[in-house]
Amino acid sequence: MKELLANPVLVKEIKLRFRNIKSFTGLFFYLLIMGIFVFGFINLTSSISGSGFFRPEESFMLFSMLSYIQLGLILFITPGLTAGTVSSEREKQTLNILLTTAQSSFQIIFGKLLSSIAFLLLLLVSGLPIYSMVFLYGGVAPSQIASIFLFYFLTLLVIGALGVMYSTLLRRTIVSMISTYGTMIFLTAVTGFFLILSVSLSSATMGTGASPLSYFWACINPGVVLLTLLEPGFSDEIAQMTGIPLPLWVSYSIFYTLIFVGAIWLSVTKLRVNMNKYR
Amino acid sequence: MIEIKGLTKKYGSFYALKDLNLSIEEGTVFGFVGANGAGKSTTFSILATLLQPTSGEAWINGINISLHPHEVRKQIGYMPDFFGVYDQLKTEEYLDFYGASYGLDAAQRAVLIPKLLELVNLSSKRNDYVDLLSRGMKQRLCLARALIHDPKVLILDEPASGLDPRARVEMREILRELKAMGKTILISSHILPELAEMCDTLGVIDSGELIAHGSVQSIQEKLQSEKVISVKLTGDYIEAIRFFENDPLVSQITEIQDRGILQFLYKGTEHDQLDLLRKAMSAGLPILAFSEEETDLEDVFMEITKGAETL
Ligand SMILES: Nc1ncnc2c1ncn2[C@@H]1O[C@H](COP(=O)(O)OP(=O)(O)OP(=O)(O)O)[C@@H](O)[C@H]1O
Ligand SMILES: [Mg+2]
Repeated sequence: MKELLANPVLVKEIKLRFRNIKSFTGLFFYLLIMGIFVFGFINLTSSISGSGFFRPEESFMLFSMLSYIQLGLILFITPGLTAGTVSSEREKQTLNILLTTAQSSFQIIFGKLLSSIAFLLLLLVSGLPIYSMVFLYGGVAPSQIASIFLFYFLTLLVIGALGVMYSTLLRRTIVSMISTYGTMIFLTAVTGFFLILSVSLSSATMGTGASPLSYFWACINPGVVLLTLLEPGFSDEIAQMTGIPLPLWVSYSIFYTLIFVGAIWLSVTKLRVNMNKYR
Repeated sequence: MIEIKGLTKKYGSFYALKDLNLSIEEGTVFGFVGANGAGKSTTFSILATLLQPTSGEAWINGINISLHPHEVRKQIGYMPDFFGVYDQLKTEEYLDFYGASYGLDAAQRAVLIPKLLELVNLSSKRNDYVDLLSRGMKQRLCLARALIHDPKVLILDEPASGLDPRARVEMREILRELKAMGKTILISSHILPELAEMCDTLGVIDSGELIAHGSVQSIQEKLQSEKVISVKLTGDYIEAIRFFENDPLVSQITEIQDRGILQFLYKGTEHDQLDLLRKAMSAGLPILAFSEEETDLEDVFMEITKGAETL
């Protein structure tokens, strides 16, 4: 682990990023807005209901909203942070030198990925106290917060790895950005659309709500999986409807881990030219 | 020790590099000369493990670049012809990053970096941002960077381009020091005289093919069949011109009036040359001096590349 974290690329980029005062103002405003949102919501709902209390159902609603906002943040910011990591070095003509150093391709890719998602990780972790304020009011289990954070972490890593992969394979940052955002939109909106399509199709033809295909579209869609994490009952329903007992989050984890491994593998093998023409 | 065998790089049907064979002794400085697009950077990129050769092989200190590129990288310090630097990074941090990239620990880096900055004359800039340094300074910093892991072999692609005359002299000094430290240095340029001074051997490349290889002197001799001879005379030119015109080995006689000098191209051997002088003396020509002009390497270079073009 220490070996991994003593990564030169990681150390350098983190140093650069956090030298920049913009990073801190970004963090500050994020926490500020999140704080205002949470306290505003609590105040507003308790005064509207007239009871002066913030009830567990309301607390759960706030928690769900926050969870989706953070997921959206991850989905929209990660491509921007990672899709230029390698290609921008190519464009700035610093890549050649980097590739002639003694660092392994894995080290470089790993350092690039971790350093570019580090800021987002910091945002998520520093928002944790405000986030968990909500569960003081009940309605949310601590284990739920933990599982949702693991889910965030996996999603972040996968979108990040895809960004780094496109950035390595495609020469231009702009093309890589478009591809990464495209893939992200596929995994969210397009799978969502297909899910709706296959659900309505199967209910029209078979009268039942869902087919295995629906299960597939559901399990790779982060929005749907987050819903099952928030509402564990929903997961059981899906299992009954589709006849697949495996919880969505398990399939999601397997599928996304595979994507992650594939993306990292491609990046590592394609970063440098293959010098050996006989292989 | 660098060994190159049949190295070839093709882009489509175009040969950027064609069957290059070279052997460079350990501790020597090898100069690679050629016009734009001759294939110098292509060769160096392959040696630096950045470009896959179409065919052929190369060994650096006995390590095959195709089979063990990772090991090769530890042996070489590479300076590309064009390179960028990171924004918002200070000179010291820049070197520190690359030091870490070669696995040097923090203590080693702390000792090395001031020394390297001293070597390339950038000590006063150690806290400046690299992207704000002048081009020549970046160039020197890049050389310092290439030295950080104490590589045995240096591959420098036009390290002096963009440097002012003073910095060029300084660069030459630095290279001389590095040579004294026993490093094998490959250096490219399209300016031959610049290299001739500091190189042990030269290779001249044109359109991807090595057209001459050897010591500076041997290249000059090999590539030049005619020498320029100057004759300083007092008084009568006409007779002298008539005399030299009669010799079949002489051509292109020109007079440099105001200095009283005749110049012509001479094809003969040293022996013939002696004969010519003797005959001229006995013919009673008023000769004050008879000498072979130092030929300009630049001229030789122009001649070689021109010759290759017409082939
Ligand atoms: N990616 C590429 N695709 C096609 N042709 C290329 C490519 N890279 C280089 N070439 C060609 O290979 C030839 C050799 O280029 P190279 O950069 O080695 O020349 P050079 O000797 O370094 O020239 P210079 O003095 O201008 O630096 C050139 O004709 C160039 O156009
Ligand atoms: Mg070049």
